Amino acid sequence: MTEQDLLTRARAFVGGEATPPVTARDAVNQPMIRRWAEAMGDANPLWHDPQVRAAGGFAGAIAPPAMLDVWTMARYRPGGRTADEGMPVLQLFDAAGYTGVVATNIEQEYLRYLEEGDIVSMRATVADVSDEKRTGLGIGHFVTIDYEFTDQRGDAVGRMKFRVLKFKPPLTQAAPAADGEKPNKFPHPRPAITHDNAFFWEGLKQRKLLIQSFGGRLVHPPVPACPETGSFDWTTVEASGRGTIHSFVIMHQPQLPCFDYPLPVVLVELEEGVRIVANMLGATADEVAIGKPVTLDFVEVEPDYILPAFRLA
Amino acid sequence: MDTISNKAAIVGIGATEFSKNSGRSELRLAVEATLEALADAGIDPAEVDGLSTYTMDNNPEIELFRAIGGRALKFHSRIHYGGGAACAPIMHAAMAVATGIAKTVVCYRAMNERSQYRFGTGHTPPPVPTAETAHYGWYVPFGLISPASWVAMQAQRYMHDHGATSEDFGRVSVAARRHAATNPKAWFYQQPITLEEHQASRWIVEPLHLLDCCQESDGAVAVVVTSVEGAKSLRQPPAMIRAAAQGAGDDSQMMTSYYRKHIGRISEMNIVAEQLYAQAGIGPADVQAAILYDHFTPFVLPQLEAFGFAREGQAKDFIREGNIELGGRLPINTHGGQLGEAYIHGLNGVAEGVRLVRGTSVNQVAGVSNVIVTAGTGVPTSGLILSPA
Repeated sequence: MTEQDLLTRARAFVGGEATPPVTARDAVNQPMIRRWAEAMGDANPLWHDPQVRAAGGFAGAIAPPAMLDVWTMARYRPGGRTADEGMPVLQLFDAAGYTGVVATNIEQEYLRYLEEGDIVSMRATVADVSDEKRTGLGIGHFVTIDYEFTDQRGDAVGRMKFRVLKFKPPLTQAAPAADGEKPNKFPHPRPAITHDNAFFWEGLKQRKLLIQSFGGRLVHPPVPACPETGSFDWTTVEASGRGTIHSFVIMHQPQLPCFDYPLPVVLVELEEGVRIVANMLGATADEVAIGKPVTLDFVEVEPDYILPAFRLA
Repeated sequence: MDTISNKAAIVGIGATEFSKNSGRSELRLAVEATLEALADAGIDPAEVDGLSTYTMDNNPEIELFRAIGGRALKFHSRIHYGGGAACAPIMHAAMAVATGIAKTVVCYRAMNERSQYRFGTGHTPPPVPTAETAHYGWYVPFGLISPASWVAMQAQRYMHDHGATSEDFGRVSVAARRHAATNPKAWFYQQPITLEEHQASRWIVEPLHLLDCCQESDGAVAVVVTSVEGAKSLRQPPAMIRAAAQGAGDDSQMMTSYYRKHIGRISEMNIVAEQLYAQAGIGPADVQAAILYDHFTPFVLPQLEAFGFAREGQAKDFIREGNIELGGRLPINTHGGQLGEAYIHGLNGVAEGVRLVRGTSVNQVAGVSNVIVTAGTGVPTSGLILSPA
């Protein structure tokens, strides 16, 4: 999906429902008001003292206005919301790699105090999706949701504008595993993860060998743009795992503690037409030869660090 | 066509001794070689107004410049890709003097590569997300961590495709050590080897034996470039820069060009060779000697092919016939090369090219009118053709 496709699809949500409407599970009530005010450090006696309340002309308990959106909030669920509780417009960005989220603005407008017994309903509408913005957190889009709150009579009681930034989080570099059980173990050399190659190393974690594809034109190692057309649009294809040894070496020196020597290292030509360097599994140095067919396997060299490896077919 | 050909010349060469432990700073080595090169040329160090070196050199231009009493530095440049630079600082210097940007440019390379750090111990860069470090991620997780190992992968395929053998690689090493044996400056002075010793030397990375790999050295080399006009009044006969070129392409990778159609090829050098011959207006028949970059023996063979001394895949026959030795069709690496003299990232080869033009090599080739000098192979590279005035 190109950046323009993403924006077009995201903006198709503007003006529509962000989530299905919600009605509060509990009426406005004194215990929840008290707990909320205590948690917020709001000592205003208006929220819990009947005399002060009466002096202000209120018969029953009233809620701090800032609690406007509390009543219709999703239930607390350890581990986060389930997929059906999310917003499709934000999920679209998640799927496109904009997995980071941060709330940037909230504006609330209060039309009246909520009183004990009120049952609040909420409707959320996608108000705006910004152009691509380059922020300190990363590249992303601001998504603005308008909320309208009504009472049990259907009358408006308040509004809220809530803006989040959906962004591509910075690349995280794979750190050598903190291996408490084997503190002297030499760490297996790690690759540098860039925006251009991250898919390859992510794919390996799923035990998939992914090859960059520009409309069927395969390239390895990956490049930002198609060398033939200049297109920045690419997808990946999963290697079948069949290939032949195009060349090889047998390492004797220098040696790293994390390998066994003599160490064959092979350059395999995959049947898809690209070549890749990897190690052999279950083959001795004298069994390796140019032209021999091989099949792909994977080896977990450290916890959660998976590399491709080949076996003689 | 207006080219760089014969616009500039190398007028001075200098070097420190070549050792395994210089016992002094790389910067001092650079200064010593620079002052010797300027003295060789008969140029006052205060006249230097340009410097060029390798990105891998650790000696800032301004540190060198203040040490030699420089007054106004008007040009400085650095060339990337390790030993692939070798000839390119001379090309940049020639461009600078030909355009009037600078008048006197010193090209230098100084390193304590043996005593302070070693390229051959294995390269496992930290996972910093740059394109340059990401490159190594395709190799180091699989234990392919040394320059020898990166070269060996292409060498193995070259052998398979063309029937070259380890002995053919060995003959390159034997010739280099024979030449070094008569060069008092060479680390392996008076230490020739036999092909049997080459074959018996231990494996480093199959198919490379120990004696297929160049030395690791401490030392420095510097050369002085000025305009052809300026060269006329100087102490030494000029080595005219008849051609100078850089080259990369055909999906070049840093020492691992494994993705081009024929990985036995070092296409970078073909691109350099075509330019050099075109600039000079000559062909291989006009070349009497060559300094071919020899960090590892296998890549000498495709260089002979790139420059047209043998057809593709047939350099082994050219070598078996003794053509790369003294008295042969194309004596190469008459100083002993990096296998025999020292590994100064190829700049010592440029200095030997100058000596061949001057007629002062310890293994002088008769009737030299054109010498080819090349830079590191398996990487983006560079080359020169040097000639007498």
